Amino acid sequence: MIPLSWYLLLSAALFCLGVVGFLIKRNLITVFMSIELMLNGVNLSFVTFAHQWHLVKGQIFVFFVMVVAAAEAAVGLAIIIAVFRARSTLAVDRIDLMKL
Amino acid sequence: MNEPVLLQPLIPLLPFLGFLANGLLGRRLPKALTSIIALCAPLASFLIVLRAAYMVWSGALALPAIELDAPHWIWVGSLHVDFNFAVDQLSLVMLLVVTGVGFLIHVYSVGYMADEEGYARYFSYLNLFLFFMTVLVMAGNALLMFVGWEGVGLASYLLIGFWFQKTSAADAGKKAFVVNRIGDFGFLIGMFLLLANFGTLTFSEIAAKLNANPDWNGGILTAIALCLLLGATGKSAQLPLYIWLPDAMEGPTPVSALIHAATMVTAGVYMIARTHFLYDRSPFALSVVAIVGTATAIFAATIALVQTDIKRVLAYSTVSQLGYMFLGCGVAAYSAAIFHLMTHAFFKALLFLAAGSVIHGLGGEQDLRKMGGLRKSMPITFWTMTAAVFAIGGFFPFAGFFSKDAILYEAFQHGASGKFLWFIGLFTALLTSFYMFRLWYLAFFGESRSEDHHTHAHESSWIMLAPLAILALLSIGGGWIGIDRFGAFLAPVLGPVGDPATAPGGKQLDVLLSVVAVAVALLGWFVADRLYRQRPDTPAKLAAAFPAGYKVLVHKYWVDEIYGAVLVKPVLALSKFLLEWVVDVAILGGLAWILGGIANFGGAILQRWQSGNLRSYAAWLAAGAAALLLFVLLPWTTLLANLGIHFHVAGH
Repeated sequence: MIPLSWYLLLSAALFCLGVVGFLIKRNLITVFMSIELMLNGVNLSFVTFAHQWHLVKGQIFVFFVMVVAAAEAAVGLAIIIAVFRARSTLAVDRIDLMKL
Repeated sequence: MNEPVLLQPLIPLLPFLGFLANGLLGRRLPKALTSIIALCAPLASFLIVLRAAYMVWSGALALPAIELDAPHWIWVGSLHVDFNFAVDQLSLVMLLVVTGVGFLIHVYSVGYMADEEGYARYFSYLNLFLFFMTVLVMAGNALLMFVGWEGVGLASYLLIGFWFQKTSAADAGKKAFVVNRIGDFGFLIGMFLLLANFGTLTFSEIAAKLNANPDWNGGILTAIALCLLLGATGKSAQLPLYIWLPDAMEGPTPVSALIHAATMVTAGVYMIARTHFLYDRSPFALSVVAIVGTATAIFAATIALVQTDIKRVLAYSTVSQLGYMFLGCGVAAYSAAIFHLMTHAFFKALLFLAAGSVIHGLGGEQDLRKMGGLRKSMPITFWTMTAAVFAIGGFFPFAGFFSKDAILYEAFQHGASGKFLWFIGLFTALLTSFYMFRLWYLAFFGESRSEDHHTHAHESSWIMLAPLAILALLSIGGGWIGIDRFGAFLAPVLGPVGDPATAPGGKQLDVLLSVVAVAVALLGWFVADRLYRQRPDTPAKLAAAFPAGYKVLVHKYWVDEIYGAVLVKPVLALSKFLLEWVVDVAILGGLAWILGGIANFGGAILQRWQSGNLRSYAAWLAAGAAALLLFVLLPWTTLLANLGIHFHVAGH
């Protein structure tokens, strides 16, 4: 059986990739994808522990996260399209004003 | 037994209501109603006082009568002051003078101020003055007296500066206020000393404590007496604080008559008489009072010799007469001083009101050199003024004779130094007689010296002449009561007066001194007659013959200039330095600069966090989360224990 720590290391690696991507990428869509990556890294931890302890709670958490992430993706992509229409760019450094 | 009702609280309350009514609503009320309110308040007070005097006379009321005695006015720690009014013989006399003369001057003012702007304002101030003056007179303790004392100072300030559009009037008001403040400082220190040494400010309790310790003399009592004397010299315009009174003549003439001649300026004399039990225990303080009074009397009289403004002559004469009252207090003849206070209130109010009538008749002319020949055009003013001139000159049987004679007699009986004081007083009487007759001749005799000829010189209306007539009667007959009866009436408060019949020298000495005094007054009249009626060109020649002396007198000994150079300028410079440079620029400016600097510096640093750069926020967030994780996950205590550092966590 694969040890627990491997799962957790994979989860941490995914989360860190997300964080680094979030910090260094300029394209708004890539940033958005990095956020998804962090969420899924966490999801992996939840599922791992749920499997380890034989509890459903962790899996329910994962469902919740996925629902929220789906909603976020819908709203976020809509916003990204609106921003692109207004600014003709998706570089996060140039989107530093609260108003359009 | 039915207690007689004195209605004492109404005496100050009614003028106060008049003040409120005219002060708040005066602009909207018709003039006639304003006059009625303003006149009724002092009249009612006067009638209440008269009724009280009648009850005392008929024996229905025993003095001292206390109707308003609210304990615990101020009770902080060991400081304990009651709110108590008391009417005794002394305050009854003062009340009669204040409300009586006050009412007459209110009546006169209706005529004098008829065409003035601010008619209601004037009368509201006048009523306010009467309110505070009656509080001052009836106060049963020093603090309440101080309330009245400050209040009359306020009313005086407001009325001196009544024509505040004139810079000189506004300045005179300020001067009076500031100079009085120096005196008030002495009064305050005196009160603190009283509190510290007696634990009370109530006059009767202080007197009782002194009576219980007959051996207590001098020392702290001298200090208290001298501090109170400083207060009295401020309010009563004595050396060295007399300078505000001549300038106070900038106010309307009835105000000069009421406040700056008849009533308020006598408050200092009244205060000394009220606290005489302190002065009785301090011969040194008493002699200081006598010397201040005598010096002021002759000092002001010499200045009055050469003044050309009719009101200034009277102002210096007031200062001089107040000096007499201080002399009377200084030789422990308090009832003689109060007697002179009363007669002086009559004839000096009359002098001022008559002078006001002259000024009114001449359309505002105050220069004696431009008057003359008014005897025919203003006969009633002339005759009433004559009565006042004879009264202040000290001619028998006018009022001033009796009171001045009483003071001089008591001074003469006061040991060897008293003889000297008596001589100065006598010489002052000569000067007084001279300058009053000078004024009399210059204003009423000879030919008119006005440039535009007195086609418009006219007698005043009856409402101004009626008070003149009443005051003239009082100036003639006010002294007939005699110092013996007057002193006997005041004896329960002020102590017994010496009886000339049993004193050294006997009755003959009294008569002899009176004859000398009248002879001196006649001499003054004679000289004035020679100089100003028979040979009107001599005064100018005299002035030319003694240019130095004349110059000194015309410039009033340069006292104002000396004060200006020695006191006012350094104080102004110091205030400018302290307030403008030290406080304003250095402390306030520096503080503002430091505070602003801190804000700027802090902002410069903190604004770097607010870059608006989304990714830097995210980086900080991630770094913070990483730091937290590190803090939670690392086994710190174990690591540190390996380094030899041990933590003792509470609860373990």
